[in-house]
Amino acid sequence: MKTAHKTVSDKPRLTTSAMIASIAAEGQKTKAAPFGHALVELARTRSEVIGMTADLGKYTDLHIFGKEFPDRYYQMGMAEQLLFGAASGLAAEGFMPFATTYAVFASRRAYDFIHQTIAEENRNVKIVCALPGLTSGYGPSHQATEDLALFRAMPNMTVIDPCDAHEIEQAVPAIAAHHGPVYMRLLRGQVPLVLDEYGYKFELGKAKLIRDGKCALIISSGLLTMRALEAAKTLADDHVDVAVLHVPTIKPLDAETILREAGRSGRLVVVAENHTVIGGLGEAVAGLLMRSGIHPTFRQIGLPDEFLDAGALPTLHDQYGISASAVAKQIKGWL
Amino acid sequence: METKTLANAPGIAERAYHIRRNALRMGEVQGQGYIAQALDIADVLAAAYFHAMRYRPENPAWEGRDRFLLSNGHYAIALYAALIEAGIVPEAELETYGFDESRLPMSGMAAYTPGMEMSGGSLGLGLSIAVGRALGLKRKGSDARVYTLFSDGELDEGSVWEAIMSASHFKLDNLIAIVDVNNQQADGPSTQMLAFEPLVDKLKAFGWFVQRVDGNDLDAVVAAFDAAKYHAEPKPRIIVADTLMGKGVSFLERREKNHFIRVEQHEWQLAIKALDSGRQA
Repeated sequence: MKTAHKTVSDKPRLTTSAMIASIAAEGQKTKAAPFGHALVELARTRSEVIGMTADLGKYTDLHIFGKEFPDRYYQMGMAEQLLFGAASGLAAEGFMPFATTYAVFASRRAYDFIHQTIAEENRNVKIVCALPGLTSGYGPSHQATEDLALFRAMPNMTVIDPCDAHEIEQAVPAIAAHHGPVYMRLLRGQVPLVLDEYGYKFELGKAKLIRDGKCALIISSGLLTMRALEAAKTLADDHVDVAVLHVPTIKPLDAETILREAGRSGRLVVVAENHTVIGGLGEAVAGLLMRSGIHPTFRQIGLPDEFLDAGALPTLHDQYGISASAVAKQIKGWL
Repeated sequence: METKTLANAPGIAERAYHIRRNALRMGEVQGQGYIAQALDIADVLAAAYFHAMRYRPENPAWEGRDRFLLSNGHYAIALYAALIEAGIVPEAELETYGFDESRLPMSGMAAYTPGMEMSGGSLGLGLSIAVGRALGLKRKGSDARVYTLFSDGELDEGSVWEAIMSASHFKLDNLIAIVDVNNQQADGPSTQMLAFEPLVDKLKAFGWFVQRVDGNDLDAVVAAFDAAKYHAEPKPRIIVADTLMGKGVSFLERREKNHFIRVEQHEWQLAIKALDSGRQA
């Protein structure tokens, strides 16, 4: 039980970041519903593309596809097991379902359905899920802190953790070009636009060095790449030179690039992810380095092995060490 | 080539007998198996494969085929027996049942066996997949149907009821489900594990065209498939088939706790003899 809330505080009180809270910072450049619009574009040339959801069309930006292609949009009701079983059936008939819900419901409630009807049967279903990691202040019911670990462990599954609107737009046609099941984390609504400035291009299975640096290498995915880039800018002002290697494809891992960058001597290696420190990118990279005989000083930034608090996202991101300032502070402390 | 519809062909009973016999021979190969279920469902499979469904034995993936989804993967021994009888799986493979490298594993899986449309085993999956298949066939403008078999124990799974609601919601009149009510699941009689009766009333209330038949009365099963295929209302169809575990081999019909039965080595031949003599009678 928590202790009673202290009502007297100097700080402005932030309201709970509910399900549809934006992760964009004040004044940050954003793009609306990149997934929904990219899927519409894809569907114009790929008639086998269909959209399916379990009562979360609006909250996964799939409603944009639904408006454009009402006869290719399946509202399955709030029934996630049915959603993924039926997606498998439609895929078996030659269609390419993009099936959406929240990451918690795909990874927790419908896991066996995805495991057996999609992954084991190797069906061409794209599972696209909102509220990855800590992107809701609603509490553990909606915080998907274990999804990468669960889907990484599933044979046949490709796992993508995109960073921003720019990457999501590019990832949609890329995962469609890959035949087989894919789990992709989704940022929806007003999604920050960051990677366009770096001339970044998403390639399935490829890690990309977004910026180079001599003191430390941050290996990151998803939201944490955005944070890492911001932290790197702040640290540069303090003459701390930080490289950022973005790894949007969690599985299969781009071992070659990770080993090349982590193998460069003299740098602290930090893996940063919007996920529990158990079983996600951090442990994937750690295992790869150990198996390959590369042993840099290694640290992890990620969510603790706990049920996380409810509250406002800025507060929670600071509290759990995944805000840009918290990332910068931790790295400074380790150098 | 024309489709493999054998409507009104004689000898469906003969087919059912062969399916039972194939299943017993596979059971003997492994010395174990869900043989009581295979015996109870043989009449339904005979009616499905030799009366109701269309398919091409030489091309199990033929686009125009009716899809048969085996949700209760442990009934694979029964479906293999039917696929062998249908000429989709060569009879010689019967000897490989359950052995390493065989295309006939103990639990049915899509990647292993020609004519096996889904991976079952984890119970309660089939009807959801069937909803997707039926939606997909409608999208394609195909007149093929989806058949799916599941067991009464699977009615315990919430996902089955999600799919029951969904099939009705989407008016999937190209879906024919069969539920095998043999009143036996792993821990005991199905009706005592989690009560599901009155099943017909429930399914009707959920918007399905429902028929309940003695699943071991071949004429009744054949008639039920015909009615299911040609029913006019835009509703999914379900046949509630009451069956007898071990049907056709009297000493197995009487055996208690026959969900997964051990049959002694010498009993397999006795079972085949009992089946053969029943046929002559």
